[in-house]
Amino acid sequence: MSRRRPFLLRGRFWVGMLPWTWLLLFFLLPFVLIVNVSLSTPDLAIPPYIAPLHQAEDGSGVELVPDLSSFQRLGDEIAALGEDGAEPLYLRAYGNSLLLATLTTVCCLLIGYPFAYHIARARESIRNVLLMMVMLPFWTSFLLRVYAWMGLLDSSEVGLINQLLIGLGIIDTPLPLLYNTGAVLTGMIYSYLPFMVLPLYANLVKLDQRLLEAASDLGARPLTTFLSVTLPLSRNGIIAGAMMVFIPAVGEFVIPDLLGGGDVQMIGRNIWDDFGPNQDWPMAATVAVVMVLLLIAPIIVFNRSSRSEAGEQP
Amino acid sequence: MVAQQQDSGAAYLRIEGVSKRFGDNRVVRDVSLTIARKEIFALLGSSGCGKSTLLRMLAGLETPSAGRIVLDGEDLATVQPHHRPTNMMFQSYALFPHLTVEDNVAFGLRQERPKLARDAIAARVGKMLDLVQMQRYARRKPHELSGGQQQRVALARSLAKEPKLLLLDEPLAALDKKIRQETQLELVHLIERVGVTCIMVTHDQEEAMTMADRIGVMSDGVLLQVGTPGEIYEHPNCRFTAEFIGETNMFHGRLGPQGVACADFPAPIAVSPLADHADGSEVSVSVRPERVLLSREAPGALEGGLNSAAGEVVDIAYLGSYSVYHVRLSGGRTVTASVPSARWGDAAPPTWGDAVWVSWKAPAGVVLSR
Repeated sequence: MSRRRPFLLRGRFWVGMLPWTWLLLFFLLPFVLIVNVSLSTPDLAIPPYIAPLHQAEDGSGVELVPDLSSFQRLGDEIAALGEDGAEPLYLRAYGNSLLLATLTTVCCLLIGYPFAYHIARARESIRNVLLMMVMLPFWTSFLLRVYAWMGLLDSSEVGLINQLLIGLGIIDTPLPLLYNTGAVLTGMIYSYLPFMVLPLYANLVKLDQRLLEAASDLGARPLTTFLSVTLPLSRNGIIAGAMMVFIPAVGEFVIPDLLGGGDVQMIGRNIWDDFGPNQDWPMAATVAVVMVLLLIAPIIVFNRSSRSEAGEQP
Repeated sequence: MVAQQQDSGAAYLRIEGVSKRFGDNRVVRDVSLTIARKEIFALLGSSGCGKSTLLRMLAGLETPSAGRIVLDGEDLATVQPHHRPTNMMFQSYALFPHLTVEDNVAFGLRQERPKLARDAIAARVGKMLDLVQMQRYARRKPHELSGGQQQRVALARSLAKEPKLLLLDEPLAALDKKIRQETQLELVHLIERVGVTCIMVTHDQEEAMTMADRIGVMSDGVLLQVGTPGEIYEHPNCRFTAEFIGETNMFHGRLGPQGVACADFPAPIAVSPLADHADGSEVSVSVRPERVLLSREAPGALEGGLNSAAGEVVDIAYLGSYSVYHVRLSGGRTVTASVPSARWGDAAPPTWGDAVWVSWKAPAGVVLSR
């Protein structure tokens, strides 16, 4: 046996360090900075806030004064719930975001599962072609695809869908398709579908065909086989797909901004407004921190339930 | 004896002229077979010979391209797999990984229509797990079990619905050799206790001979020979069967009045009886190694019907109770003889390089024309 090399010279150490360094630099560090801003006081300056740790005004040195007023505002909104005339701006945005993200996830699952199932069951020779077709939209810019939806959904006579419906004589006046929640949902489902299909496909393609034959042999009808064998065994794929869709969907900014008009307040837009026009960086940072905390809960739940299944599939 | 069994009214399962083709590939060719109630039948062949496809057609997982399958008077052609009175134990078991042992066994019972009562299912599952001695593991998941335990659960699952026909696809191939041998007879006893008619598929001739009442040898989609293990071994009807089942010395030559004239044996090989083979036809003679006698001296004067040749020991495999000797004849041909260790008494057995004689009596050679 050769002597073990010091750990700093071992390749394995550096390969292991890479993801940790990445997380530290691009997640933990920015997150700490944002938390710092969220505890700051708004100020007319560049940057427009006074950090909690700052030079004392009387010059007596450095003082630590975390400003909790942004969190307080969120707290007040919760406290004022149910009162007359309450305008829970941020809570409504959170609610809208979670609701839309949930709807997007559910719809992507309902549409994506048959997609993934079909591809996984297709002949091996055409599987890759079908997968390529799922990924094809990624070849054009995301922004361009959202703009294309604006052209499709446009609420005036110029909108392609409205043109078609009027041309077919189904309607007389154009339908208000754009700038509402439906348009946002359509755009989000369209954009996130591949993120549901790919992990589901990766899971379903591994499903042992003989398990389905065994179920059939034991007297299960095709639907029963699907519900009692295929579906439970694809749970980890469903969880992975749901996470890939739900988490980015909650923070989605571009789609509600372009397709939702002023109607659809989502949390991403609130953050944008506070960082931009309102110049209230502490508030924007607070909203972002709370969003991350809100997302950690479902991630933990998802992780738990997929870990409990670990080791089941050979 | 076989014919008698087939002609009696006990034909529980009748496979009539069944073929299966995938595109141009004829995987099963015109197989006809009858199987009696409570019989354990083994389809034996190397991989790709069509035996698994035949089994899958019985289970309804494949549809025959031609022919009929009649089980207990019912033509199975149009019966969907989930309605068939057959159950299969799959190769490497196909246990549902997300269900516990008892839920795996209960799976088939839960599909029964009209629905079975909950406690009726529980009682049946308990009985099945008792049968295979797996009660203690009822709440385990399959991945927490050893290979042998998984095999028993799979058996319990396929017996739970009391099928008319139990199908076993390579039942023991997933097990280690030692456990496999222990399990063979255990499995036979279980099947006999339940009294179910059983067809198994295996590539392992030892497994087939240990477990089955009768064996069907398949090659290239064709059912070559059907018989008891003894019949198949002692009276193979073709070269493939003779070589596939056990070891043999195969000689090729032309049949003449003195016997079979072979290029690699000094004298024509005497065989008996010389029925149903025309003089002058190309035939093979199969001689099992245990029928070949080995001696240091020339065997007694060449009495009628004794074949003998001198040679030299080139290899010995000592296997305890017997040894396999490889003897090279003067012409270069090697003959194997398996010799009981007790054969030599107190004398030293022949060793590498010794000059010896091999011989066998005429009836030991089986004449094969295909």
